[in-house]
Amino acid sequence: MKRTILLYVLSALLLIGSLGGLAGCGQRQAAADPTKGEITVYTALEDELVTEYLAAFNQKYPDIKVNIVRESTGVITARLLAEKGNPQADLVWGLAASSLMVLDNQEMLQPYAPVGVERILPKFRSAKPVPTWVGITAWETAFVVNTVEAQRLGLPEITSYQDLLKPEFKGHIVMPNPVSSGTGFLTVTGLLQLKGKDTEKGWEYLDQLHENISHYVHSGSKPARMAAAGETVVGISFGYAGIRQKRLGAPVKIIFPEEGSGWDMEANALMKKNEIKPAAKTFLDWAISDEAMNLYKANYPIISTGKGGSYEGFTFNPVDQLIDNDLSWAAENRDNILSKWMQRYDAKTAPR
Amino acid sequence: MKLNYNKMLRITNPSQFILMSVLTSAFLAGMVFPLFSLFIKAFQDSGGSFVGLSNYVNYFSQPALFYSILNTLNVSLTTSVVSTILGFAYAYALKRTNIKFKGFFRYAALFPIFVPTVVHGIGLILLFGRQGILTQLGLEIELYGRIGIILAGIIYTFPQAFLMFYVTLHYADGRLYEAADSMGCNALTKFLRITVPEVKYTLVYSLFVCFTLAFTDFGAPKVVGGGYNVLATDLFKQVAGQFNFNMGAVVSTILLFPAILTFVADRILIAKNYSEISAKAVELKVNKNSLRDGLFFAVCFLVVAFFLIFIGALVVNAFMRFFPFERCFTLEHFRFGRAFGGMQSFVNSISMSLLTAVFGTIFVFIYTYLIEKGKGMNPLKKLGRLLSVTPIALPGMVIGLSFIFFFNSSSNPLNFIYGTVIILVLANIVYFYAVPYATASGALKKLDKEFESIAESMRIPSWKILSKVSAPLSLPAILEIFMYYFVNAMVTVSAVVFLYSADFKVASIAITHMAGAGNFAQASAMGLLILIVNLIIRSMYELYLYGIKKQADKKGADLPDD
Repeated sequence: MKRTILLYVLSALLLIGSLGGLAGCGQRQAAADPTKGEITVYTALEDELVTEYLAAFNQKYPDIKVNIVRESTGVITARLLAEKGNPQADLVWGLAASSLMVLDNQEMLQPYAPVGVERILPKFRSAKPVPTWVGITAWETAFVVNTVEAQRLGLPEITSYQDLLKPEFKGHIVMPNPVSSGTGFLTVTGLLQLKGKDTEKGWEYLDQLHENISHYVHSGSKPARMAAAGETVVGISFGYAGIRQKRLGAPVKIIFPEEGSGWDMEANALMKKNEIKPAAKTFLDWAISDEAMNLYKANYPIISTGKGGSYEGFTFNPVDQLIDNDLSWAAENRDNILSKWMQRYDAKTAPR
Repeated sequence: MKLNYNKMLRITNPSQFILMSVLTSAFLAGMVFPLFSLFIKAFQDSGGSFVGLSNYVNYFSQPALFYSILNTLNVSLTTSVVSTILGFAYAYALKRTNIKFKGFFRYAALFPIFVPTVVHGIGLILLFGRQGILTQLGLEIELYGRIGIILAGIIYTFPQAFLMFYVTLHYADGRLYEAADSMGCNALTKFLRITVPEVKYTLVYSLFVCFTLAFTDFGAPKVVGGGYNVLATDLFKQVAGQFNFNMGAVVSTILLFPAILTFVADRILIAKNYSEISAKAVELKVNKNSLRDGLFFAVCFLVVAFFLIFIGALVVNAFMRFFPFERCFTLEHFRFGRAFGGMQSFVNSISMSLLTAVFGTIFVFIYTYLIEKGKGMNPLKKLGRLLSVTPIALPGMVIGLSFIFFFNSSSNPLNFIYGTVIILVLANIVYFYAVPYATASGALKKLDKEFESIAESMRIPSWKILSKVSAPLSLPAILEIFMYYFVNAMVTVSAVVFLYSADFKVASIAITHMAGAGNFAQASAMGLLILIVNLIIRSMYELYLYGIKKQADKKGADLPDD
């Protein structure tokens, strides 16, 4: 009798095992036909945009099944790096160029020149002869201001970074932490470059800004959300994050600082793995096609071909808003900048 | 030689020994090996070569760390003390007083664990944020920072403390109280001399469990932590900000310290824990005392009132167009777009949670039974106890990452589970293991050892005792474990965020995405749906228990009245 129960346990374990084996099959057939097959795509694009864009892709390629894993930039990059030994993703779509540079340094990307790559402006793609990553859209620092709250507190208008230093704003500004947020990082590196990248001027500005910051958060879109919900008056965030809140009905105003905005690219890349699927290349070709670019620019007006759109309710050309950004300078000095930032502002968050 | 070996391991019952070994190996494969593949990185550089302790030296030389550790201790201690006191008082009210609405109070206490922690954050902001309902009424607190983390921590750990005490207080020997009454002891003496020793083990265990949960929790610091740095945010910054797995592994190992303390406490306590229910115990009759009842009613009422306002805030948020600036009624937030996985993610969550609950409960109960009631095998039992309490110190992110490193390796024979629902179920079983273990262990400890000795003398096999005596007597605990696994798997985010595959998304992840997209209203709506499913499952189980009780009443059998 003792043996019977053991037998049950063992057969149950066996059953779990075989079920798992079944679940794993069915994903292995590689189609030689580039318009057929199943691909796994990792992305940091916003959920609602992914759905919209994918519908367009599948209209053109109904026989390619695209499985999407979408997470925030930090989590998806960490997941890609952790899976390095046995990559699950076939390609990456719309992930920060700064993240792709990290993957590239670890030789995880397969060089591939998608059809039409010559249309992409050189500063928006990797500098290698056969590019390892190709940009699609750019996102940039913007302030999101809750107009109801600003009026209630009688705060002055903001048009520039300099305005944020006014004493009235003390405790009313939320900013992403550059250590954990890509938007935080591009904002800080943007500011440092604006004030002269090899001088102390940028850090002096950040010192003063720090006095007015209520707290730092771990996500680039969160300051926009907090401003929308009235949890802060000013959120330092990025353009689309604010536009989206406005679309949802939030009483917010989006302000692009007049000095210019720091920025980063959302870019695509092919993952280096044993079996590279033709359908993955088809997807990458489509993802920089005019059709795709037209979809992107309705939300992110700055696209990598340079012929972009404009923000809802704004007349200026968003490309003019971008500072002359040295992405590789930012990547090279990343560790130094972040440790200096942590020493100055992170360590100050002492227990109260 | 074989005999010596048997003696060394103290094997007296070979079939138990084989089963114990199989389960221990399963634990090794499901937790220890994956953790090893992550922790080894703490002693390597990014290239993978051994660097000794230099990562630790590097980490400890950062001034921010000093504050992180102080901050973490500060919030964890406060959270665990408050949660334990509240949890005990609440459970005491339900088990040892005559207050009204016990059934309702029991459900209401569990509200917080029926929704993902992201929703706790949203709820707190709706109540105490700058536009919060209570803030508008003049109750202003500085939410973002220490207070926010502590409040969220209490909301998150209170139900766990309550559940532990509820199970412990369920088992009481009425004879002790009768004897005390006949000796003329007053209520305080009875409380201090009988009740407190009865729950002593749970009391300390609850303190450690809540402490560790708060110590490693990332959800609360992320949503309402503001600039208040704790170790869990350090881990997040290292992994998802700096992509530095080596430093991430260093922080992960530091987060393990409370688990080691919990284990030591468990060992010290067990030596002194005599309070078990004898087979001759009689049911406790609660005598009348309106002052006591009034007091405890007030405690329960306050806790529940807070939770109800909390849920109310979510409802308001889910049904209003843009709270608080546009307050018109709408149902649009319940129309979940395909973007967030739609209805399929909801169905996926339910099937994943059922699998977790079924396999988790079976594993926990059998393994804990062998640990508590098995014959001999002391070395294996010790190992088993250590393995069982460790998961509580593992942040979900640590489990997620270590599962990737271990199971995604193509040389691992278990590689086939990667990317399937099995790895999610396994991650959940491991991640939530410690509390079910405490519940099972608490319940089994209360059972008289005589059952096993009598069975042995009558040559009844131990599995028969397990299935015919121990399991039925522990039914409330077993069902608690099942419920615990189910509701937690429904709401977990951090354990699965690194592991879910492209074609199997779950609802809790969908909520995070909704909140991440700034759509608090839709997140609240989905949170409410999860709450409803959890309540339905819970009521089904109550009905089932009710049916059993009715049957038992008919037969006149003496089954637990839960």
